Amino acid sequence: MQHVIVGAGPAGVVAAETLRKGDRNADIVLIGDEPEPPYSRMAIPYVLEGMIEQSGTYLRKTEGHYEGLGIQYRQGRAESVAAADGTLTLSGGETVSYDRLLIATGATPLSPPVPGLDLPGVHNCWTLEDCRGIAKLLNEDANVVLIGAGFIGCIILEALAKRCGNLTVVEMEDRMVSRMMDATAGGMLQRWCGAKNIRVLTSTRVAGIEAASGAGGDKAVVLDNGETIDAHLVVLAVGVAPNIGFLEGSGIKTDHGVLVDQHLESSAKGVFAAGDVAQGLDFSTGEYSVHAIQPTATEHGRIAALNMLGQNAHYKGSLNMNVLATVGLVSSSFGSWEGVAGGDSGVAVDEDGYKYLRLEFEGDHLVGALGIGLTDHVGVIRGLIQNETALGDWKERLQENPHRVMEAYVAHSQT
Amino acid sequence: MAWARNVLRVNLTEGTCKNEPLNMDWAQKYLGQRGLATKYLVEETDPRVDPLSPDNKMIMTTGPLTGTCASTAGRYSVVTKGALTGAIACSNSGGFFGNEMKNAGYDMIIFEGRAPNPVYLLVENDNVQLIDASEFWGKSVWDTEEGIKAKHQDPLIRVASIGVAGEAGVKFACVVNDMHRAAGRSGVGTVMGSKNLKAVAIRGTLGVSVEDVGSFMQATAEGKQTLADNAVTGQGLPAYGTQVLMNVINEVGALPTRNHRDVQFEGAKNISAEAMAEPRADGKPNLVTNAACFGCTIACGRVSTVERSHYTVAERPEYQIASGGLEYEAAWALGAATGVDDLDALTFANFICNEQGIDPISFGATVGAAMELYEEGVIGDAETGGIECKFGSAKALTDLAELTGKGEGFGAEIGLGSKRLCEKYGKPELSMSVKGQEFPAYDSRGIQGMGLAYATANRGACHLRAYTVSSEILGVPEKTDPHVTEGKAGLVKAFQDATSAVDSSGLCVFTTFAWSLDDIAPQINAACEGDWTAEKLLEVGERVWNLERQYNCAAGFTGKDDNLPARLLKDAAKTGPAEGLTNGLDQMLPEYYEVRGWTDEGVPSNETVERLAL
Amino acid sequence: MQKSLHIDPDKCTGCLQCELACSHVNEGVFNPAKSRIKVFNFHDQGRMVPYTCTQCDEAWCMQACPVDAITLDAETGAKVVSDALCVGCKVCTIACPFGTVNYNASTGKVIKCDLCGGDPECAKACPTAAITYVDANWTGLDRMRQWAAKTDAGAQAEA
Ligand SMILES: Cc1cc2nc3c(=O)[nH]c(=O)nc-3n(C[C@H](O)[C@H](O)[C@H](O)COP(=O)(O)OP(=O)(O)OC[C@H]3O[C@@H](n4cnc5c(N)ncnc54)[C@H](O)[C@@H]3O)c2cc1C
Ligand code: SF4
Ligand code: SF4
Ligand code: SF4
Repeated sequence: MQHVIVGAGPAGVVAAETLRKGDRNADIVLIGDEPEPPYSRMAIPYVLEGMIEQSGTYLRKTEGHYEGLGIQYRQGRAESVAAADGTLTLSGGETVSYDRLLIATGATPLSPPVPGLDLPGVHNCWTLEDCRGIAKLLNEDANVVLIGAGFIGCIILEALAKRCGNLTVVEMEDRMVSRMMDATAGGMLQRWCGAKNIRVLTSTRVAGIEAASGAGGDKAVVLDNGETIDAHLVVLAVGVAPNIGFLEGSGIKTDHGVLVDQHLESSAKGVFAAGDVAQGLDFSTGEYSVHAIQPTATEHGRIAALNMLGQNAHYKGSLNMNVLATVGLVSSSFGSWEGVAGGDSGVAVDEDGYKYLRLEFEGDHLVGALGIGLTDHVGVIRGLIQNETALGDWKERLQENPHRVMEAYVAHSQT
Repeated sequence: MAWARNVLRVNLTEGTCKNEPLNMDWAQKYLGQRGLATKYLVEETDPRVDPLSPDNKMIMTTGPLTGTCASTAGRYSVVTKGALTGAIACSNSGGFFGNEMKNAGYDMIIFEGRAPNPVYLLVENDNVQLIDASEFWGKSVWDTEEGIKAKHQDPLIRVASIGVAGEAGVKFACVVNDMHRAAGRSGVGTVMGSKNLKAVAIRGTLGVSVEDVGSFMQATAEGKQTLADNAVTGQGLPAYGTQVLMNVINEVGALPTRNHRDVQFEGAKNISAEAMAEPRADGKPNLVTNAACFGCTIACGRVSTVERSHYTVAERPEYQIASGGLEYEAAWALGAATGVDDLDALTFANFICNEQGIDPISFGATVGAAMELYEEGVIGDAETGGIECKFGSAKALTDLAELTGKGEGFGAEIGLGSKRLCEKYGKPELSMSVKGQEFPAYDSRGIQGMGLAYATANRGACHLRAYTVSSEILGVPEKTDPHVTEGKAGLVKAFQDATSAVDSSGLCVFTTFAWSLDDIAPQINAACEGDWTAEKLLEVGERVWNLERQYNCAAGFTGKDDNLPARLLKDAAKTGPAEGLTNGLDQMLPEYYEVRGWTDEGVPSNETVERLAL
Repeated sequence: MQKSLHIDPDKCTGCLQCELACSHVNEGVFNPAKSRIKVFNFHDQGRMVPYTCTQCDEAWCMQACPVDAITLDAETGAKVVSDALCVGCKVCTIACPFGTVNYNASTGKVIKCDLCGGDPECAKACPTAAITYVDANWTGLDRMRQWAAKTDAGAQAEA
């Protein structure tokens, strides 16, 4: 059996390993288009911080890992797929045929529709190459403007703040991390950043970036309110879009990403998709959406591989969840943190202490949560949500004091 | 090492919190906790101060072992001038508050002055704040503790607080931590209330280290093994708790009953450890489980429920929970002292004592005194507000617990303590107390040494200053005859000194059922810098005892206060093995002064003061 | 035969000797806040429940880690965090449905039980044998396993 995986990020690598675990004899080809060994982009901020070397981002640390497992890892870029023939074509023209194909090509950063993005010193923060570009300009005298304070923007924010002289963050939404945080949490985060001397401008758009010659940097970021901010470095983090362009004409159905069913199989038989590129089942909503998070990518990779092996692994959907630290303030969100119609919530806010916990229930099940300043035993929130634990009288207790969530969990699993 | 070497000084009047280094010279002389905090109090306050005035200070203090893995090493004490007694007060508590304080990096917290408005102290390591407590003032200990945890969104905060009783000036209010562990005696909670300090909430994550880890791990492991192998600490206390004593003490005829009218209680078996293990109407026993304090490998603590259909809780689901159950002293005071043998009523009254922060010993004993006043016709329904305050009335007991917990109605009078109550009604002789503090659960007619122990206890009548019961009844470390007075002066002194040392270390005194100072010294020696032998500990203990005595002398106490109520000296025990005996205090006291190196008036002689380098 | 920590909450007195032992061996100080095992106290029920990582088969933490900082100790079956590799991203802390990997803000890394390399200090310190280290198939971990299986987004091998 010939298994081909396109895209050597976390989804692709976990899939390859799972395939090997399940089938000692299969041919497994892992194709990636980046020059480095398979790495994890989410570790890039820690390279910028100086905590790790670039090699610290590599997904597997043992020398000869892929060869050892008999996984053929090769560089190459898929240009097109012909699902009907069971082949794909690499740039350069080589055709590769497959019995099973996994599309794990991830996503590409979006660009804001403004002029000046091609100026030197304007970077995405998505690849190790981007990382090297940013690192060159990042020093304690640098004025940096970060455009976008979404989830990934905020993670980058932490790294930039640690290394640069002066950081301004521009976000067009009315709060930070609007897709994982409500107004209370977003506001708290913004106040926290302010207290750490990071200027965060919300409800503000960038109109363009211009070359400049001031002492504050060789660029000026022009805002829609007319203000300009001098910068040595501009980092973009305004969102990503799945890498599906090369599938045009392949016969594989796409929407935002590759449409997959409950086996992570696409409309074309034998072709699967996983990770940031896949529009998979969401555990909370029951709908199909692109998560673009690490845990979903590895989960997809594993389950897709099981199905490629013919194990008929039925996918119950991934829980959208995030954890991030913004200059030291840890926040996390899980599932339907915005609540569901007819549901109840339990909320505890301590504005001065920068602590917040919001639990959302449907009936006596926990369905979502949002936390700030919470680090102990956070995982049980996932456990309670995904197990659909009937909380019984614990629901009321949690509404009174949501911080007893670990107790509620232990009470249900251990007693 | 072992000591955090750090004192937090909180001036409530000014609203300031400051760190200062622990006086390590004093630490070498007074070890920690009881001894060291007393030294601070002596140095910093006038012994004649009104306990409830802002000039009195209240010190929460850990020992050097607090927070380490030595068995029972989670203790802290509250040291101040007692509201009930006007004498030096040192009330010791377990639970988990002491280790949290040490983990936050403090050996002691010294509270000075009085806050203009109710406040609580929040300590998160070096982040310390006084916070307005108006939302908790008027609330019980239980609601305060839960409220603070919820407010600060941290279920792992440990809280020590006062209930409504402490706010209302009930003279025997305690400081309660971890829902049902209390620094119980002498009215330390009353002092806290007088300072407008509702609670101290601590989260400590810094860790505690010791001087010589290798030796410490070995010494503590050996100590734990000794506790496990001992019949009392290895089996008796975990299985039955201190309540194992109820039937034993009743049988030896030393169970003070109905305000010490009798020495045996016909209902003792109904309120004993054995009764707590019997299935009730609901099929479950009173005792749910035993529970340990921090680091304790004995685990004598009781967790109990009140039977659901019992009148006290039938309509009040909030009390249909498991909570701190009866310890022997509480069971005695709420039961034998009042003649009540309804175990559920006692358990409920005990819940209320914990919930509102009142000392069940002084409370029960004072109710006993009130019952005698009532039966003698000295007080009537007019005074009690219609409560039929008769010996044996469970209803009177539980109603008074609730009233006293809030300082309301006749509860406010009970809250005066038996001495003030009986004086008020012209019957001072009916107060079963020394230096204003009620006796605990051993009748000194049946256990002679306890008479001397009570009479000379620095904080007023107390069993925990010299538990000669251990020798006279249980035969630990060696058996002495409970009915004789010979040799008791030396015995009491030895117990007093050793206990003072243990109370200064961070360990629980219950370990001494199995441990002598020879077992304890290697643990302290490995943990602390300096040379800590059993001899040195005994010397520290003696020094602490004399320091406390000096404080009391300066506060106005004299040898005349080393006395027992006439009932124990004149009215012979009516039944049991001690029938016909009174306490022979007059035979023991002079000898005691002599072995102590005190003058005939009971004042430490110059020579003694010099010898102990006081 | 691999061994597991077997926990019997009925025997637990809540003394926290396990937390002391764990923090001592892993952090060099007595500090329950940094213990890998945690005792939960249900005070109004009189129940104390020690709780730590069961080294679950699914190893959510290990799977989620982006930098291979959590690996399997083949000898003990423990999933072990490498301090040198961990970048402190905390993804494992939300991935573990048992809540047994925790972020340690003072080091910027996560901590979890590593079975002390096969000689668990917590078990040795427990005075009541509420925690024991026994053959894996004796531990009655079934309940935990069931729980783990439910969390799994893909139930396996229906065919
Ligand atoms: C700075 C940053 C911080 C992040 N932080 C977090 C976080 O804290 N938590 C979290 O959950 N997630 C985080 N993420 C998101 C997370 O990294 C992604 O969800 C994850 O990498 C998705 O894995 P993937 O395998 O699906 O895709 P990718 O990691 O993007 O891997 C896809 C690979 O396929 C390659 N490829 C694309 N097209 C082709 C082609 N045609 N032919 C061959 N190869 C191709 C790509 O170059 C890439 O190497 C972060 C991302 C970034 C950039
Ligand atoms: S930390 Fe959690 S996910 Fe990881 S092995 Fe332990 S139980 Fe499993
Ligand atoms: S916190 Fe450390 S161990 Fe956990 S997922 Fe991130 S890098 Fe891995
Ligand atoms: S086995 Fe070791 S690391 Fe794990 S909980 Fe016990 S003491 Fe801690």
